[in-house]
Amino acid sequence: MLEYISIIITAIFVNNIVFAQFLGICPFIGVSRNLSSAAGMGAAVAFVMAIATCVTWALQTYILVPLGLQFMQTIVFILVIAALVQMLEIILKKAAPTLYSALGVFLPLITTNCAVLGVAILVVRNGMNLAESLVYALSTAAGFTMALVIFAGIREQLEMTDVPRAMRGVPIALVCAGLLALAFMGFSGISIK
Amino acid sequence: MKSTLTSMILSLGCITVVSGAILAGVHELTEQPIIEAERQARVDAVGEVCPRFDNDPIAEKCEVTPDRESLPVTLYPATLGGKPVGAAVESYSPDGFSGEIKIMYGFDSDGNVTGYSVISHAETPGLGAKMADWFRSPEGHRSVIGLNAATDNLTVGKDGGDVDAITAATITSRAFLDALRRASAAYSQFKSTNSNLPS
Amino acid sequence: MNPKYFFNGILAENPTFVLLLGMCPTLGTTGSAVTGMSMGLATMGVLVCSNAAISLIKNLVPAKVRIPAYIVVIATFVTALQMFMQAYLPALDAMLGIFIPLIVVNCILLGRAEAFASRHNVGDSILDGLGIGLGFTIALTLLGCIRELLGTGRIFGLEIYPETYGSLVFVLAPGAFIVLGLLIALFNRLYKR
Repeated sequence: MLEYISIIITAIFVNNIVFAQFLGICPFIGVSRNLSSAAGMGAAVAFVMAIATCVTWALQTYILVPLGLQFMQTIVFILVIAALVQMLEIILKKAAPTLYSALGVFLPLITTNCAVLGVAILVVRNGMNLAESLVYALSTAAGFTMALVIFAGIREQLEMTDVPRAMRGVPIALVCAGLLALAFMGFSGISIK
Repeated sequence: MKSTLTSMILSLGCITVVSGAILAGVHELTEQPIIEAERQARVDAVGEVCPRFDNDPIAEKCEVTPDRESLPVTLYPATLGGKPVGAAVESYSPDGFSGEIKIMYGFDSDGNVTGYSVISHAETPGLGAKMADWFRSPEGHRSVIGLNAATDNLTVGKDGGDVDAITAATITSRAFLDALRRASAAYSQFKSTNSNLPS
Repeated sequence: MNPKYFFNGILAENPTFVLLLGMCPTLGTTGSAVTGMSMGLATMGVLVCSNAAISLIKNLVPAKVRIPAYIVVIATFVTALQMFMQAYLPALDAMLGIFIPLIVVNCILLGRAEAFASRHNVGDSILDGLGIGLGFTIALTLLGCIRELLGTGRIFGLEIYPETYGSLVFVLAPGAFIVLGLLIALFNRLYKR
């Protein structure tokens, strides 16, 4: 039980996917202009990440490794993620139209979100089992959502401030992200035993 | 091109087959060099940390599980003219600042540390990552070279030991010494089991 | 072949400072000048190959499946690069780590495939790949130099001033965000109206 708690704390705070591992920066900058879209994106990523990690983990363990095809990992994983995102889009549209209208616009963006592929690869590289992988994927997504929501809150405030012209938009956002990353460094080195 | 079902399946199929063929070819081409590169990294590390030897420690490697531990460490015995002169031990500590660290330690036949080589870590650059040089620096009580787990207290000064911790990176220093003690325990266990064997 | 496509990518459409693409490797691999430059060159290699290949097959791929087709092409080159690096540059591969397979989801590659290679001939596509790749490499090297200098007092490992005066935070995550933000602002000030 303790190791799962350790995975959760590490993935959300200590090794936050955005602030410590530099993955998923594109949506972090692109979809953080307001709080509601940030929360929507976070939920969509959590959804895809959890499913994609389980599917790629199973593919790696039961197909690629027995056949000695580990070198096909990158290409297989990205195709699985792309296909999964497409399928989810179709299924959600039919089965849960309300959820689709909330998450729909974010789904196509997720294929090229490196956090999803990154987690799928990291889980395999670190030799986690299926349960650990799922917990890791979910808590990484939680960390991503948290980063996105905090950042969206800051950017909503930034809209109203008087920023030098050259710094407007992405540059000032990046500097703020740097300060946030500084705050998150306070979590580093925490471990649970 | 028009998107009919046949054309879509055909074109995607062709691309996948071609890409699979290319990758299989590249894999064929690089498989041996990759294995060789990984082996070479071990050979270099063993050569760096061990006293002079003339055998092939990589070929004679064995797994040793120290007492009260669950995971084994890999031990590369070194001999000179058929006589054991020491060993390199690829040890680890799960307690680094950012996760596991892996370090190769060298010992002479008395168990004195002859050297070390950091294999992998995720410690902070400029802080914990300094361990690559810190513990062989002659300044103060930094160096672990020549120390022996049987006679010296291999913990950081803060914990009452004989080794100076890296400035502002005590956690990494503790993990480094934890890995060293594990390696040392593995080596003395290896020696005691092997001395009982008829030679 | 039109040389203007080459110079286009270096300033006017610099992927890092103007298009703001490929943020994850830009932040994640620029802790030192060497790693930043290596990442830039690796990305450039894949980009030139994928641009050329996609421009060759652009008329054979039905519009509806072009994205998955492009992803397969890009992933093939990335995997080949990864294997070559593991075989002949294992130390560099270990340093760049997960960012090598993640070239697949670098938006620069899919972006150039979609916006350029699928509409131009092979020669121009290669030039565009070279130009954009070079622009990316320059940006990453510059960022790496600045962070390494401010953090450790060195550039490409050459000591400029003693390490004790360096401010370590620039090598760590917060420094990445802040330096990149300020560089983009500087670029805006100099080249954008």
